[in-house]
Formats: sequence, C-alpha cells, structure tokens
Amino acid sequence: MVFDIEVNNKKIKARKGETILSALNRNGIKVPTLCFMEDLQPTGACRICVVEVEGREDLVPSCSQIVEEWMKIKTHSPRVIKARRTIVELLLSNHPDDCLYCERNGNCELQKLSIELNILERRIPGNKNVLKADRSSSSLIRDPKKCILCGRCVRVCEEIVGVTAIDFVKKGNECSIEPSFNRPINLSSCINCGQCIMVCPTGALYEKDHLPELLESLNNPDKHVVIQYSPTVSVTLAEEFNLKAGKDINGMLNSALRKIGFNKIFESSFSADINAIEVASELIERLKTGTNLPMFSSCCPSWVKYVEQTHPDLIPNLSRCKSPQQIMGTLIKNYYAKTNAINPEDIYSVSVMPCVAKKFEAQRDEMTSKGITDVDAVLTTRELAKLIRLYGIDILNIESELADNPLGTRSSAGKLYGVSGGVTESIIRSFISKLNEHEPVNYKITELRGVNKNRKEFKLKVSNIELGVAVVSDMINAEKLLIEIANGRNDIHFIEVMACPDGCINGGGQPIPAKKEDIKLRMKAIYDIDEKDSIKFSHKNPLVNEIYQNYFEKDKSNENLNSIYTNFNKRDILL
Amino acid sequence: MISNIQFLKEKVLVQNTSAYNKDVEERLKFLRRENTQIPIIYIGKGTCGIIAGAIKSTEAIKEYLSAKQITAEIIEVGCIGLCIAEPIVDIQLPGMTRLSFKNMNSENIVHVLDGIFNNNILNDFVLGQYRKKGLQSWENIPFIDSLEFFSLQNRIVIENAGIINPESIEDYIVNNGYNAFVKTIYHYTSNDICKIIEKSELRGRGGSGFPTGKKWKIAHDTASDQRYIICNANESDPGSFLDRLLIESNPHKLIEGMAIAAYGVRTSKAYIYIRSSNKLGIRRFKIAIEQAKEYGLLGENIFDSGFNLDIIIKISPGAFVCGEETALISSIEGKRGMPKLRPPYPSERGLFGKPTVINNAETLCNIPSIINNGPNWFNSIGTNSSKGTKVFSLSGKIKNTGIIEVPMGISFNDIIYKIGSGVKNNKNLKIIQVGGPAGTSIVKDKLSITVDFDVLKENGAFLGSSGIIVMDEDSCIVDLTKYYLRFLSNESCGKCIPCREGIHRMYEILDNITKRPKDEKSHQTLERFKGVMQMESLAEIIKDTSLCGLGKTAANTFISSIKWFRGEYEEHIFDRECKSGVCKELRVFNIDFDKCTGCNACPKKCPVNAIIGTAKYPHFIIEEKCIGCGACFETCKFSAIFVK
Repeated sequence: MVFDIEVNNKKIKARKGETILSALNRNGIKVPTLCFMEDLQPTGACRICVVEVEGREDLVPSCSQIVEEWMKIKTHSPRVIKARRTIVELLLSNHPDDCLYCERNGNCELQKLSIELNILERRIPGNKNVLKADRSSSSLIRDPKKCILCGRCVRVCEEIVGVTAIDFVKKGNECSIEPSFNRPINLSSCINCGQCIMVCPTGALYEKDHLPELLESLNNPDKHVVIQYSPTVSVTLAEEFNLKAGKDINGMLNSALRKIGFNKIFESSFSADINAIEVASELIERLKTGTNLPMFSSCCPSWVKYVEQTHPDLIPNLSRCKSPQQIMGTLIKNYYAKTNAINPEDIYSVSVMPCVAKKFEAQRDEMTSKGITDVDAVLTTRELAKLIRLYGIDILNIESELADNPLGTRSSAGKLYGVSGGVTESIIRSFISKLNEHEPVNYKITELRGVNKNRKEFKLKVSNIELGVAVVSDMINAEKLLIEIANGRNDIHFIEVMACPDGCINGGGQPIPAKKEDIKLRMKAIYDIDEKDSIKFSHKNPLVNEIYQNYFEKDKSNENLNSIYTNFNKRDILL
Repeated sequence: MISNIQFLKEKVLVQNTSAYNKDVEERLKFLRRENTQIPIIYIGKGTCGIIAGAIKSTEAIKEYLSAKQITAEIIEVGCIGLCIAEPIVDIQLPGMTRLSFKNMNSENIVHVLDGIFNNNILNDFVLGQYRKKGLQSWENIPFIDSLEFFSLQNRIVIENAGIINPESIEDYIVNNGYNAFVKTIYHYTSNDICKIIEKSELRGRGGSGFPTGKKWKIAHDTASDQRYIICNANESDPGSFLDRLLIESNPHKLIEGMAIAAYGVRTSKAYIYIRSSNKLGIRRFKIAIEQAKEYGLLGENIFDSGFNLDIIIKISPGAFVCGEETALISSIEGKRGMPKLRPPYPSERGLFGKPTVINNAETLCNIPSIINNGPNWFNSIGTNSSKGTKVFSLSGKIKNTGIIEVPMGISFNDIIYKIGSGVKNNKNLKIIQVGGPAGTSIVKDKLSITVDFDVLKENGAFLGSSGIIVMDEDSCIVDLTKYYLRFLSNESCGKCIPCREGIHRMYEILDNITKRPKDEKSHQTLERFKGVMQMESLAEIIKDTSLCGLGKTAANTFISSIKWFRGEYEEHIFDRECKSGVCKELRVFNIDFDKCTGCNACPKKCPVNAIIGTAKYPHFIIEEKCIGCGACFETCKFSAIFVK
C-alpha cells in the first residue's frame, strides 16, 4: 500500500511497513546514518538519523521508526541539525585528532559527517580515553581509540559471519569493543575474515600492513621480487581509482606491476587451475573409497581456521590441497626457482589478495618447508592501490600487458575462484572431464551462481557416480548445513565454504565501501570473463599441462606433488 | 490433630474461612500467637537491623534469658520501615499486647528486658504498642498506629513487613496470606483477573505509570505458546531501598502477587530479577519459594486447578540500566544488558521473543490486596489519576529515615515534616531529590505539590524510583548534580552516543568548575568556560535523542537544579567559590588572628606547606598554595580556621 506523508512541507510517497529512512532514501532525501546496516534489524544506537516527527515529544530515529499516514516529518530542521551536529561533536570530543595519519584518511564516515555538518571547531572539551591498539593478529589491527562504538563490526561478526569474536565490554564512557576476556584478538575465535574492516566507519579496524617490508625488498637489488594476484583483484582494483565496480583492468594491472618493478608477474588463477584439478581427483578418490565425506573446500583460510577451532573432528574432511595462493607460492620457490636457476632464498614472493585471512595463512607453520616460506608478503587490494599510487602510476592511462610465463596463463575456471560457487563450478568441470575423459558441452552451472543466496545446491550424475554439492558463504550458513549433515543428511559430497558473504569478491581486503550493487557488478565481471575466455577448463590450460608433465609426473618420488598438499591441526582458542 | 501444613491448606486456604468454626478459630489464634503462654521476643532483622547491631542484640537476649532461666520464643522479623530506630525489638508478654522498643543495642536490651520482666517499662526506649483485639493493652503507652510516623501512612504493600516472620509461610497464611491467590484460581478466569486489575486503575510503579491491567491484557491477548512474567527488583539507584524491604520482610506477598499476575496473563513461568547485592533478600526469597512449593502453591497443578507456575530467581549483576525493561530482558537472556528499540514492546515480543509482562515489585505487592478487597476498595484510595498508595524510601538529612507507604495525593510537606519529622539537626531544607539520580529536585517552596503521577510529571519528575533524598542548607547543588551525573555516566550502557559521551562530558564540565587547578593555563580557563556554555544545550540534546529512559532522563537533575539554583552555579563558575564548603578544591581557608594561639599544629598537617608562622604567634595561610583539603581545619583545636 502506498500513501502520502509530509516531509519538509512536501508530500512524498511512502509504502506501508517501511521505515522513515527507507521512504526518505527512495525519495532522494539523504539522512546520515552510522549504525545502520542494510538487511539487518536496526539497533538505533547512533542516533545520527534522528528526524522531527510532529506530535512526538522527542526526536525519532528514522532507521527504525515505521512510517504512518499521519506523519509530518522534518529531516533537516534546525533542531534536527543541531542534534546531529552535537552527536558528531560528542564523538569527536573523544576521538584522536590524527586524521592525517589515519589509515582511513579521506575514506572515513566520521570525517564525512563532520564535513557534511560543517563542524569547524572543537566545541565540546573533554578528556579522551586512552586505549591501546591490538596488533596481535596476523591479519588485522584493532585500534579502539578510533572506535566510535557504532557496533557494526560486532553485528557483522555475530549476525552475518557467525563467529562472535568481539563484543562490547565495560559500561558508560569506558565502554569499548574487545575480544573475549579482554585478551588479544589472536587468542580469540576470530577467523580473520576481515568483514569487520569492511563495515568499520573509521580507522578502528584495518589490515596488518605488509607494504614497508615489500618496499624494502623491491629496492633490494639482490632480491628477486615475484608477485601473484588473486582472480578478483583485476575486477575490483578499479574501484580504488574511482571507476564503477565491475571493470576488469587485468592488462593494465600487469603493466602497472611491471612498472613498479616486480621481476615476474603471475596469476593466482593459474594455481587455482591446479587446485581445481587436484581437488577433483581428491574428490573422486574419496567418493570411490567412501572415506572422509563430505569433503570440504580448503581454499578459504578463515573457514579452515573455523574448522580447526570449532569442529576439529571435521579436519579430515577438509581437502588437503593447499589454497591457490600457497600452491603458487610453492611453485614459485620450487618449480620456477629451479627452472630459472634462482636461489629460492633470494626470491621475495608477494601475493595480492582480496582477503586479510591470507596474511594469516601465509604465516602458518605448515606453509614453510625447509626454512623457505611459500609466500613472504600478502597485500590486500587496498594496499596494492596504495602501492600503485605511491609509485605514481596512472593505472587508467597505461597500455595493457600480459602476465609472465611460466605461471601466468589461466583458464576462466581459475578465474571463477573469486566468487562463491565458482570454486565448485571449476572443480565440477574438471570432475566431469576426468570421469568422462572429455569435456561437457554445457560448462555453466547456473544453480551455483548469483548473489545473496544462503545456500546453493546442485546434483549431478557422471558415469554412475552421483555427486551432490553445496555452496555456502559465512559461518552461519555453514553451521546450518553442518547441523543437517550431523542429523543424517548424506546426499552432499562436496561443500564449498567461504567466510565472506558471496565469496572473495566481497573479501575483507577489497575496496571500502563494498555496496550491494557493487558486489553484483563484480560478480558479473567474473562471469563475463568466463563467457569470453576461450579456455574454460583448468586442465586445458597449456602451462598447467606443462607443469604436470615436466614437474609433477616426472618426479617419481611424488615429492613435487606432495609439496602442494598440507595438513591441518586442532587449534585451541578462548571462546 | 492434623499437621499445620494440612490444617492451613485444608481449613484455611481451601475453605477460605467462610463459615465460623470454633476449632479453626482457636487454632488460628494460636498460630497468630494471640493466646501464647510464654513471652515472645521479636527482633527486627532486616539489613538495616543487622547493620544497627541486631545480631549482637540477639546474643545478648539469649544470654539474658538463659542466665535468668526464662523461657521465651525468639522470632526474627524484617523491618517495619522505621530504619532509624533499628534495632527494634518487640516483646509480647502472655495476654498482653506486643510492645515495641527502639534502638535496642546489646546494652539497652538488657535493661529493657530487666525492666519488663520486673514490671518496670523503660519509657525512653518505648516506641509503642500494637493494637490487638482480645489482648490487654499497656497503660500509658501510645499505640504504634497513633505515632506521627505511622498515622499518616496507609500500609498496603508493606502491610506485614517487620511484623511477621519472613521465613515462615505459616505466619503469612494465618495473616490472610495466599487467600487472594487461592480465591483467584478457584473463582476467577484469567480474563477476570485482568479486568479486576484494570478496574482498580492500578498504574505501574516502575516509572511511566502504565496501567497494569492493560499491560496484562495485551500480553494475555497476544497469541503465543509461551508467555513470561518478570518481577523487576533490580533496585540500583542510590537512596532507594524499597525492593530490599519487600523481599526481606515479606517475600510471600511478592510471590502471591507474582502468582496472581502469572495466572492473569496465562503463563507458567515467572522470573524475579533481584540485584546480587541483596543477599539476605535472595536467601529469604529462596526459602519462601521452597515453602510455597511444599504447600503446593507453586509447581504443577496448583490446588488441582490445572494451573502450573514456576518462579525462577535471576540474579542481576546490579547495573542501573538493567532496570530498563528491554535491557533487563537481554540480561535474563544471558546477553549484555543493553536496551533495545521499542516497539516491539515486551508485552508483545519480550523475553525469548515471547509476550512478557514486566512489573515492578511494588506493583505486584499491591495485587493480593486488590483481589482480596476488590477493585473499588483500591480505587477509592488516592487521587483521580493515581490510585492506591506509593512507597518511598526516606533518606538523607531527615530525622526519620526509612520506608513509608502513603496514599497518593499526600503532599511532600506532610511526608517530610510530619512523617519524616523534619530535617536533621533542625536545619533548613534546601531541596528534596525525588525519583533517584534521574529524577528531579523539588525546592522548599514547591513541597506543597502532591504525590501523583501527573502532578509530578508536570514538575519534571516521575515516580520511578522510591527514593526521596533530603538535602539541607549545607549541601552544594553543583556537587550533588555532579554526583548524579557521574553515577549515570558510569551506569550508561554505552550503546547510544548522546548518553555514553554526552553525560560523561556534562560530568567533566561540572567537575572542572568544582576544581581549582593550581597553575591553570589560560587555554584551560577558556576550555572551562566553553564547557559551561555548552551545558544547557547538551542537556537538551541528550534528552532529545537518547535511546532509552536512562539517557532521556539523565539531564533532569541538572535541568531542574539550574532552574532553581542558577546563582549557585554562577558562584562556582565566576566567583570560584562554594558557599557550603562542599566542593573541597574551591575552599579557601583563613586563620582568625584573634583565635590562633600559634600552637604550630596545623603547619605540620598541611600537605602542601601552605601555612607559615612562628610558634606562639598567629599563623597565616598562603592562598595560592592552599588546595582546600581541610586538614588544618580539622586539626585546629581553637576554631581559628574558617572557610572564607
């Protein structure tokens, strides 16, 4: 039902049951918000979105108040503006004045609000809380003194990701957001997904910086600096340079990296191809023997940590194959070093990931063998943008180039690793081809595509083997599926789990903000590449075949192949 | 002879003492201790009594009795409300009325006992005697209900508090207890109960004054497989100790009220949310629940009616904000006690998402009397808009501190000067604080306003907290407001910005004006003035935008005090002085040259060496150095040091 309400002395249309905020936004009236999160129940904590409703004694939070026909609303009356200003000024009175040195300088919601409300002086004096930053995590840094307690990180962690690693502690002015028992976050149940970073309006949460180390190696002539980038980086990086979401700038990215001075540029989609082939064989093996089913994907390090800490009994069910980042790291330090006669110790291997958990993965004990770490530094998409800006490269006005051999080609199946469901789709392509010994004509699995789906399921039958797959992102949906399986469901044999909703395109290392529409466009860009590319199967990637022939299969001891496999162990945390 | 439990259940509760039966009457008389053969000694053992020394007095009584070889029954009771007179000991000799003695510490009690057993009543300690038919009254001793403290009261909620043994269900039942509950389950439907309460026009004593019957009806009519009722006894504001008294002194009354409410809203699960520091109350409430279960008044299929009820004690960590109903619900659910947005209101979607009625302990204690005496009886008490009585905790600079229950419509003048018998040490009254830290200050000239939801609302106060705190002329209004703001700032949950940051800033600004930093830089002075300029607008915005009642009312004290005492604020800000001498840092001490003997005691005590002088000659205080700690003032034996 649609009816008229009066806003700022003009009539606008409102729908029955919607909030004032949603009616205003649809009619082009902007009301600032801080704690508001789309798709979640409003908490009404920040009070920034208050409006004046005639007949109501106090100001009303528009994010939660349902519109009613009699309402006469003022969204920017002096009283409302004064209230909003005061609220922001109150926040500023307890906020460090170090915007110029802040991670989020220029991309901070508090900064924007302060500009919008024309705050030009410190009107409310007061002592600031002294709080220490928590640098214990290998993925992210929490700086509670910049926290404005909007509670978005707490909610995303609890209501979307389903981990509840952080919550409010203490009362009143001393209130802050901390992990359990007020201990460092590396001891908590945090799975390093970084979704909290994505929703943080200020610089209270950000990734652990790997840039300084990288710069040192770039400037060291003795170091051979090699970079790999994740499938999603090419479709999201453009957003950092103010382009619309979903623009693929793969060629320009290669060229920019080369200009910065990386010795070799490889694509993680290449190792994703290897991952798809290996996981497919692993799956066939397990289906034949009937052991450790259902099998779980293990390319999301957050999910792996979640299993290790919450469901250690399911560790054998994880695919033992390393993630694409780590496979590439291993190949760079072994295969590439050997074929090009470089000492692995001189190689500095960098990866660009849409993810902060990859920083955690890279430093896991299992990812170092014989003193050689697979990956030395992990940058997020945001850090890469910083590096490009630092080197003064006008990325949007340079010629496209190709990545380097021998680890730089890819099939579009490898590219699909960037979206939720894509991993499974690639694996199924390899799975069918392997069992039927020829490729299926219909490579697309629409059941596994699309955004904002709680769960995607698909069933197929290939040469008398029945396969049921399920795709979930975030731990809440994963947990639901695990409960079904614990209750006896057995028609699912492979489960892909990503910690971030919709997969790596919405990862914790991606450009901020990641709006809903942006995610859709990023996903579309990946599917478009799959449409356009000529190689659509992992095992059709010529360089992958070369590696199999010359490196994996030649080696009789199987040591080379084993190097791209790993182990997982039970992990104790403070719950 | 049948056992007490059988007798009480079958003859008293179920038959509801309808027909006169001589045997029953005789036995009841015995249980009511109306025909006792030995002396009975009642000792007031509420928290207030225990603090005043009731435990030592008990020992002294036992020692005395065994030394003199007197057999007597000793009964521990709660508090009758006159906390200032504790420990109170009542003595009932066979055939005589119960005689109450005040201030019975371990020394006094021996004299009093000595006296009474030798027919010599020490009048200095007598409080009064209880009126009781059939018992002989003492001559020349006033009746308790004719004392000014009691005569203006109308005790419904705290009816038997301090008179009966709170740890005995028998005492409660023989005094008409559980009558209403049994009547309810035998004669009324849940709808009837809601209607009766609605008709009685009882309004919730929790603050907003929402009609209780209406609240029950909403929950009653909301379709759900489970409903809950919660008794809010999370009394956490300074100067309020009513719930403590209710639970300590007459827990069965609260259980009965909860049981009727549970029946009225069709629920089988009731929670009571008690503050953890109320240890004695929790202990007695647990005992009471066990006893009620033994009597079949709680549990499954109560008195074969098919009605089940379980009362669960939930111990509150004691945060002030957990008294807010949505925060309370979160706390019971095991989450952090943070208020949520309303609507949905708890009566539609509350605890665990089910319809929930949250009533204040005082509200629930009204219920049994309403059922017993009918709604018309109840709504004949009080004023047009507010029916019944209101219980207050009197504290501060008042002679009679304690708990009182007065009919609605009584003026604060009567409460302070008649019931409370005026300000301590006969000083002048400055203000009374009504409604706790988030309440309002009522100045002396306004004391003629009456206790009434609407009248108080007009005056910026509300009946949420039972506390009345009396301040005399020696108190400093800035210091008082600062104290309340600090309390609220600490107790804010931290969820919404105006409350979390705003109250704290207001506190800081007030703190600044009550301090005198030794070497203040000019920009600090500027900051101080800047803060002062923001105070009023800040108060207004916190009130306007906060999420829950805590924030919305937090600035009330400031707003009302600046309305009446702007001058006093200005003194602090511009003249940098606190006339009452409460704000220590603003005090400047001077030495009266005529009185000072030069004894050299004060320079030794001064922590900052601000006092100079030679022995035997008058000393001098260097004003710039003085921090106003008052050490010299306390040391001086010649009253030579005074506050300027």
